[in-house]
Amino acid sequence: MSSILLNSNTQWVLVSTMILGIAAGIIGCLAYWKRQNLMSDALSHAALPGVVVAFLLFAEKNLLVLIVGAGISALVGAFLIQWITNASRISEDSAMGMILAVFYGFGIMLLTIANRSPGGNQSGLDSFIYGQAASMVKSDVITMLILALLVILVVLVGYKEWKIYLFDQEFAKGIGLSIKGMNAFYTIVLVTTIVIGIQAVGVILMAAMLIIPAVSARYWTQSFLVMILLSALFGGISGAVGTLISALGSGLPTGPFIVVVAASIFAFSLVFGKQKGLFINYIQYRLHQKRVRNGMQMKAEGAK
Amino acid sequence: MAKTLIEVENLSASYRKNTVLHNVNFEVKPGTLTGIVGPNGAGKSTLIKTMLNLHPALTGKVSFFGLPFPKVKKRIGYVPQRGSVDWDFPTDALDVVTMGLYGQIGWLKKTKEKHRKQALSALEKMGMKDYADRQISQLSGGQQQRVFLARALVQNADIYFMDEPLAGVDAATEQAIMTILKELKSIGKTVMVVHHDLQTVENYFDHVLLLNRTVLHHGKTERVFTKENVADAYGGNMRWMGGERQYELHSFK
Amino acid sequence: MTYTAWIILTAALVGLSCGIVGVFLILRKTAMMADAISHTVLLGIVVAFIITREVSGPAMLIGGILAGLLTAFFVQWLHTLNVQHDASMGIVFTTLFAIGVILIATSVGNAHLDVQHALMGEITFIPFHTITIPIIGEIPEAAGLLLLVLVVVLFFIIAFYKEWKITSFDPALAASLGIPVLFMHYVFMGLVSITTVASFDAVGAIMVVAMLITPAAAAYLWTDKLLIMLVLSGTFGVVSSIVGYYIAAWIDTSISGSMAFATGLVFMVSFFFSPKHGLVSKYIRPSKVA
Repeated sequence: MSSILLNSNTQWVLVSTMILGIAAGIIGCLAYWKRQNLMSDALSHAALPGVVVAFLLFAEKNLLVLIVGAGISALVGAFLIQWITNASRISEDSAMGMILAVFYGFGIMLLTIANRSPGGNQSGLDSFIYGQAASMVKSDVITMLILALLVILVVLVGYKEWKIYLFDQEFAKGIGLSIKGMNAFYTIVLVTTIVIGIQAVGVILMAAMLIIPAVSARYWTQSFLVMILLSALFGGISGAVGTLISALGSGLPTGPFIVVVAASIFAFSLVFGKQKGLFINYIQYRLHQKRVRNGMQMKAEGAK
Repeated sequence: MAKTLIEVENLSASYRKNTVLHNVNFEVKPGTLTGIVGPNGAGKSTLIKTMLNLHPALTGKVSFFGLPFPKVKKRIGYVPQRGSVDWDFPTDALDVVTMGLYGQIGWLKKTKEKHRKQALSALEKMGMKDYADRQISQLSGGQQQRVFLARALVQNADIYFMDEPLAGVDAATEQAIMTILKELKSIGKTVMVVHHDLQTVENYFDHVLLLNRTVLHHGKTERVFTKENVADAYGGNMRWMGGERQYELHSFK
Repeated sequence: MTYTAWIILTAALVGLSCGIVGVFLILRKTAMMADAISHTVLLGIVVAFIITREVSGPAMLIGGILAGLLTAFFVQWLHTLNVQHDASMGIVFTTLFAIGVILIATSVGNAHLDVQHALMGEITFIPFHTITIPIIGEIPEAAGLLLLVLVVVLFFIIAFYKEWKITSFDPALAASLGIPVLFMHYVFMGLVSITTVASFDAVGAIMVVAMLITPAAAAYLWTDKLLIMLVLSGTFGVVSSIVGYYIAAWIDTSISGSMAFATGLVFMVSFFFSPKHGLVSKYIRPSKVA
């Protein structure tokens, strides 16, 4: 264990997955209140063709290039989902499912071609797409750190505006906030978080990083600010602990362990959370039922 | 005196921590047309849903014909609020009305010509025969409501529950629906309707149930629907204005 | 039959079953459940493999169905506990999928299963794994499985056609008529699961989502009649898989990826040019009949 911790690359990876968890935890709260939890899932899949195109164009696995490619592709996906939902009778969840799967299929087509190209197989594209934090090098980590910190900063600086925007769009419009602008900003922040997370946890599990910590935090507080902080904490813990566990064995994937840790935190919150947790809920229900029954009895006796 | 048809005893229901219905008791006689009236959040829809087992009851019991709901399901018709379905669903007016018969047709059996005819005649009764093959999203709000009502008619139930059938419909539809409801009553059916328009209560219903989380007043309209009782149900936020039937939502404070 | 014919037949079977099941996924507003189930089916297959120690059709089918139903059950359960519906899906499927991947990475090793294979499918190998069926003779196992599943799907959809219709359109009415809405929901999720498992080998976990949702969404733009929508959706599914195969053969790339891509093409054409709900027709006659 100590030898793993001393390994300097593991330390870097640990820091980056933790920051990633924190960023995803924060953005996840925005997505939660925008009621677009699965949007992150659709967009992370939709990033795939962009990654491969970027790789084919620049013929190297430079993280920043791949991230930009992924980002553009995911934004196109987001735009199409919006367009299909607004312009036709197709509902948003169907549109998301389509974009997710069709973009992913297109990405696989391209990936097959890329893997056939000279040097393609050694490119490590696969580990990028399916998430292998251990394969990250120091420069990757630094790129990730900067982007993640940027995202966190954006949310914390505009905290008030985000809150109004998520809670009451009509009111936000009234006080002069541009909803269109905020929507665009939100999508960019979401996409950035997703694409920097892909290398660490993979396109498929990235959604979990955004969804699970936010929902878990919901069980402990009624305050938006506390929810964001808790969600960041849960995300950070999941990222760090998951990475540590996967570092124990060789070739173990990072993403799944991060998700399982996050899910354990969720399960604990679901049962013991002090807001709407199962345990508290059950006790409240029982007390309530008893009160109602007693009230009736007293009334009945009073009537006599 | 006719025997009791619907009996509700000690019924309570809640949405999480909030008790929406508390200790509701009432009895309904056959062949009556009852308006369920009360302010927003009084639990009108919840009352119907709880009676029909669509919402869990906290306490109490409901019986129809002296039996619990599951045993008499087929004799009860329910018209949900219009907003509860997706109007883009690929189906036409006739098809929607035929759905009312699915309970009778039973599992694994196909709909037959006679079911189609039944549905068509119900549509005709509601003045909607010409729209039978229209996709439902191409109907106006009033026409959609008539289709819903036709679907309830075709069920040929003994008791009908309707959740705000007159909300957001045009005057012609309102008249058509009321004519049908009165007709149902005249052939001995029992109808309970959630209603929001106080102006029309006296014209439309022979019984009124004033509800605000519990039953405040219940009985024949001319006896129960007095200004004191209405003010009681609306918690004093209602003032009897000028003329005989003028109401206005108004706070005393 | 030739190698190519088997591949096309298998792909067409996938397109047909998925197209039919997909219609109700769209209408019941549970399109993303296809995504959730297609991922968790992996866990079912892995567990089936760990228990039986072999890659066999029936065991995989059972494992997949159980995993799919488990997913549906968990999602429903979390939803009744007031977790937003899409959030419960997100939590359940990522967690179960993660457990599946961990199991593969730790206990199964690289014996016969690997994640990428499961995700991308390998239709090119399908004609090599054959089974012998009386009268018909030797056919690829995957094709046989798909045929069986198609029969099951068709049986359930036709036999309970009106129940599917009413529980999808107006669950409250269905419940008041005494139709077990929740039970029907689970039966339907079971159908989605078996369709997914059977298509797994051919197109993989994620492309099956394309086959389930996209042809049905495209058909939804062409018609206002449920029966026609079902027929169209099945047809679109078959067309997409055949077109997808030829695209893949033409530029020499992944067949399953191309099939998913082809469903996208079908949808795009419908989105723009469908006479009923397409963009162009809306542009030409903008006012709708009231």
